[in-house]
Amino acid sequence: MDGEADGSVEVSEDSGPGRRRRVHGMLKLYYGLNEEGKSVEQPESLDPCDINGPHFDPEFYLNKLRRECSLAELMDQETCMVKQIRSLDSDMQTLVYENYNKFISATDTIRKMKNDFKKMEDEMDCLSANMAAITDFSARISGTLQDQHTQITKLSGVHTLLRKLQFLFELPARLNKCLELQAYSQAVSTHRRARCVLLQYSHLPSFKGIQDDCHAIMDKLAQELRQKFRDGGSSSKDLSECVELLLQLNEPAEELCDKFLSHARSRLESDLQGLEAEIRPYPSASAVKDASAHRSSSSAAVGSLTDTSPKTSTLPSPTSNTDILEFIDRGCNEFVSSLCLVITSYQELFINHAQAGELASKNIPQMANSKLHAFVNDLAARYFSLVERRIQEEKGVADNSLLVRALDRFHRRLQAVAKLLPGSAVPNKGTEIVMRAATERVKQYLSALQSFYMDSLTDVRQALATPRLSVTGASVGGSGAVSVRDAPNSLPELLSSLSASILNQIKSVLASVHLFTAKDITFSNKPYFKGEFCSQGVRESLVVSFIKFVCQSSRQFCESAGDKGGSTPPALLLLLSRLCLDYETSTISYILTLTDEQFLVQHHSPVTPVTTLCAEARETAQKLLNHYVKVGFHLQCSYCGKTDISRVVEDTTSIDVQVGLLYEEGVRKAHSSDSSKRTFSVYSSSRQQARYAASYTPSAPMDTNLLSNIHKLFSERIDIFSSVEFNKVSVITGIIKISLKTFLECVRLRTFGRYGLQQIQVDCHYLQMYLWRFVSDENLVHFMLDEIVGSSAHRCLDPAPMEQSVIEVICERG
Amino acid sequence: MLCCIVCSIILSIVLCHSVLLIRTDEYITSFPYNVLVNKQKCVDVIGHVLFFTQARALTAQTAETDAIRFLVGTQSLKFDNQIHIIDFDDENNIISKNVLLHQVGEIWHIGASPADKAVLSTCYNKTSDSRVVSCAAVWRMPSDWETGSHESPDDSTHNPQTLELLCHLDDSTHGNTTCVLWEPMGDGKRVISLADNHALLWDLQESSTQATVSSTASLEGKGQLKFTSGKWSPHHNCSQLTTANDTAIRGWDLRTMSQMYCIENAHGQLVRDLDFNPNRQYYLASCGDDCKVKFWDVRNVQEPVKTLEEHSHWVWSVRYNHSHDQLVLTASSDSRLILSNMVSISSEPFGHLVDDEELSEGEDNHQDDKGKEPLKDSVVSTYEEHEDSVYAVEWSSADPWLFASLSYDGRLVINRVPRALKYGILL
Repeated sequence: MDGEADGSVEVSEDSGPGRRRRVHGMLKLYYGLNEEGKSVEQPESLDPCDINGPHFDPEFYLNKLRRECSLAELMDQETCMVKQIRSLDSDMQTLVYENYNKFISATDTIRKMKNDFKKMEDEMDCLSANMAAITDFSARISGTLQDQHTQITKLSGVHTLLRKLQFLFELPARLNKCLELQAYSQAVSTHRRARCVLLQYSHLPSFKGIQDDCHAIMDKLAQELRQKFRDGGSSSKDLSECVELLLQLNEPAEELCDKFLSHARSRLESDLQGLEAEIRPYPSASAVKDASAHRSSSSAAVGSLTDTSPKTSTLPSPTSNTDILEFIDRGCNEFVSSLCLVITSYQELFINHAQAGELASKNIPQMANSKLHAFVNDLAARYFSLVERRIQEEKGVADNSLLVRALDRFHRRLQAVAKLLPGSAVPNKGTEIVMRAATERVKQYLSALQSFYMDSLTDVRQALATPRLSVTGASVGGSGAVSVRDAPNSLPELLSSLSASILNQIKSVLASVHLFTAKDITFSNKPYFKGEFCSQGVRESLVVSFIKFVCQSSRQFCESAGDKGGSTPPALLLLLSRLCLDYETSTISYILTLTDEQFLVQHHSPVTPVTTLCAEARETAQKLLNHYVKVGFHLQCSYCGKTDISRVVEDTTSIDVQVGLLYEEGVRKAHSSDSSKRTFSVYSSSRQQARYAASYTPSAPMDTNLLSNIHKLFSERIDIFSSVEFNKVSVITGIIKISLKTFLECVRLRTFGRYGLQQIQVDCHYLQMYLWRFVSDENLVHFMLDEIVGSSAHRCLDPAPMEQSVIEVICERG
Repeated sequence: MLCCIVCSIILSIVLCHSVLLIRTDEYITSFPYNVLVNKQKCVDVIGHVLFFTQARALTAQTAETDAIRFLVGTQSLKFDNQIHIIDFDDENNIISKNVLLHQVGEIWHIGASPADKAVLSTCYNKTSDSRVVSCAAVWRMPSDWETGSHESPDDSTHNPQTLELLCHLDDSTHGNTTCVLWEPMGDGKRVISLADNHALLWDLQESSTQATVSSTASLEGKGQLKFTSGKWSPHHNCSQLTTANDTAIRGWDLRTMSQMYCIENAHGQLVRDLDFNPNRQYYLASCGDDCKVKFWDVRNVQEPVKTLEEHSHWVWSVRYNHSHDQLVLTASSDSRLILSNMVSISSEPFGHLVDDEELSEGEDNHQDDKGKEPLKDSVVSTYEEHEDSVYAVEWSSADPWLFASLSYDGRLVINRVPRALKYGILL
């Protein structure tokens, strides 16, 4: 209490709230509550001089003060101490006053609680007594009710059993009713429920009866279902329901599969027959008519390639009533879609369903699957054959887009089958058909191109022939010696129009064929259409074949034209030759580049290189030109005296003009200024003299003969017919050479009188005067004319040659 | 008188100048008379013989199988024409020549009897009063023609022997004989002459001194038809004749003298010559003014079996080799002679692999063609020794590897089949 007093003395100096807290703290300290753990201060309080510390030693403190402080200080200390003690006392007093009431009320409360607890104890005792009584009662009640409960359970069991029995007894009737109402599925489910029970108790006569009844009914039901199934009039949904029920009735799945499929087949076959009926009209009776009609249609198609389509539309297609797109559409919509439907429902029924159910164990899915495949393959094969027949009828090349679209649709729809039936070969076969159709189409295009080419050639021939007719009257007198001069102006035009129309035709065909590889066509991304079709199909068998055909058919002109030379107008030969040459120089590479670009041909397989084709074209051009030379002037056989010689020169001139229209001039050796004046006679030619003078002069013939022969050995050999070059001079030179050679041979086969020789002399001189200007080397003409005169002198019975001056005079007069 | 002198001089030239030209790589030399060829060197061109006048007619002496001998008929309107007998001595490479006079006219065609070495036929033009008549006759060479000329050609110049006329093959009704054909492999008793549009079959009697027409066939048709050439088939017992007129080739059965087949437009222009394949009875070669040589199977005349277009002017003559029918010679007025090796249509399409019995059957060979690789047809060589049109070519009857060709300038060239090819065929 002392410490407290001392402490409070000091504390009293503090201001209000702080002092308050301190007071609380003291109280707490007193009650042993360590407020906020103020043990931190503890070490300081060890100081015995700390007036607030617990170890305060008043004696020590007093001694210390006395020792250390002055009197004044002690006085001050004392007054301070007194002040503090006073404030502490007053504090003490207020505290006691403040808390007094609280003590009193607390004591009251405790007292009251004591009383209440006592009352509660009594009530609890009463409750437990009551509960015991209740338990007792309930035990007694349940004991009494035990018997009745078991009885009730038993009764309810009997009741359900009876209900079941009733169900069983009512089953036949119910089934019958279901049968009447055609609620087959209900009947089946009902029967299913009862089936095992009946099976279990079938040894009991009554149940046996029920079972038999049920069997009879179910058989009937099955019969009806089967009947319905067989009738096939029902929709596929009904049908599948039927099948489902039958399956549940333990019908053998295999049989069902067969039945299902056969039923589906009959329906699909009717579709197929519908399709077939569309193709049907043509084959039997009208075969001949059709053949002719087909020809007309193909020619019409060819025609329509040049002009627009109305021509074909006016011609009714003889082969079928519908176009191919319609046909394929119908095929897709009817056959393919119902095929898909059949496949789906079949798979649903026999494969997926069976896999889930108890049938899986019997290997049914596999069996069903194989059956399905066989079925689909069979029908698809028939369908394909129909489609192929129809495609084959599609001969007109007028509108390729229709075919492509039809094929696309055909192919697209087959993809559905592919999805449904993953392992099926059907889509592949479909693709094969598309491929075949495409190849076929390319072939048709080739033949169309070929016939177009032949037609244009015929046109050209007609164009060449027409003007001739108009001039026939004029040229009738002068034998048939190639009246080419009649249509000279039109030749280059004909050539350009011919080559342009061919090129256009090729382009349009390429465009048509290009449809096959268009991006939006499903089959265009097949490897075949990406690779082989482009390179082998289009490039090789279309473009290259066509070019080859052009060359070949042109070459055939060389062959056939040999017959009397008249069948092919020489102008046509010339024109074709120029055409082939143009092909060699530019057109072929242009066409092939075009093709390669359009079709992005990747050359997996070896293809014909441009150079080969060019070489072929050039060879053809050469051959044609050679043939032109051979044939072109052969009618000059009439050189042999029958024709007026001036005619020959005229003809040569006209040929010169004609060739000049198509071919460049070419190189020519320089002429001597007086070529036409060159003296020329039997005697003047030195060689001739050497060879033939012996006939007239007896002097030393042996030497001259030898000399001439040796001279001849060393002189340049004249190739009568060497290959001509592609220029005018070379061509004309070739023609003149061969004509003169022919003249020579004719002369040698004849025997002349005096005037015959002189006529030849005049003729040769005349030719001499005019022919030199056409040829590349005039010496050639001189040489050959020498030879002719020499030979004729030799073949003359009375060789009296005309004087050179006389000849000149005659020739000057014309 | 002057004329006589001229003639004698010319004749001397004719007889003197059997010139042998040997072509080596660098140069051509000419020697008068007979010159030995260097035997070590393989020379395919054996020699040239130059006549002074023009010549078209050439034949091998068919009945002579030991000596290599050719007969040449000259063609001259001004001088006496001659038959030149060219002998080639294979052993010594010597060419020798004998001359017989043929005074009646210029010779267009010559044929040798297959049975009698001394008998030959000619077609000639007779000129009288500036009219020209074509005739044909059978001749006999004088028995002693071989004597003398070798040793002293100059002597014989003055005294050429004359052919002995056996008979004329002329009928007053038929003129203008173009050629005379001897029965191949026959006894020399039967000949056919082609005159204008008639084919006359003659029987030669009494040592060929009498000729009677036994049967005739004639060409019917529009215009003036005229046979240009013909060939007597050695097959079918020599009962067939093939003729050419204009562009058509016709086959005749000699027993009935009726036409068997006709190849219209066989050539684009005139057909000049024909020859039978000696081993394949239905095969026929033809040539003509369209510069082509065509090979036909007469059982199917729609299309030629093969066509050659090597020449650049009229082809005047085509000849199968007598024993190796793949070798075909053609002569043309482009001055070239071409030897072709037509293996694919020969009787030995595979060399020696095929038995002789099968050869006659064409079909069998065609089937075999697929099994074995057939050899390729090819041009063996082109001979350019001639400077003028070559009108005739003939294989030697004695040496199957030797042939002679005659050009209009009177040059006869004797050639051999190239050795490589010869061994290729033989081995």
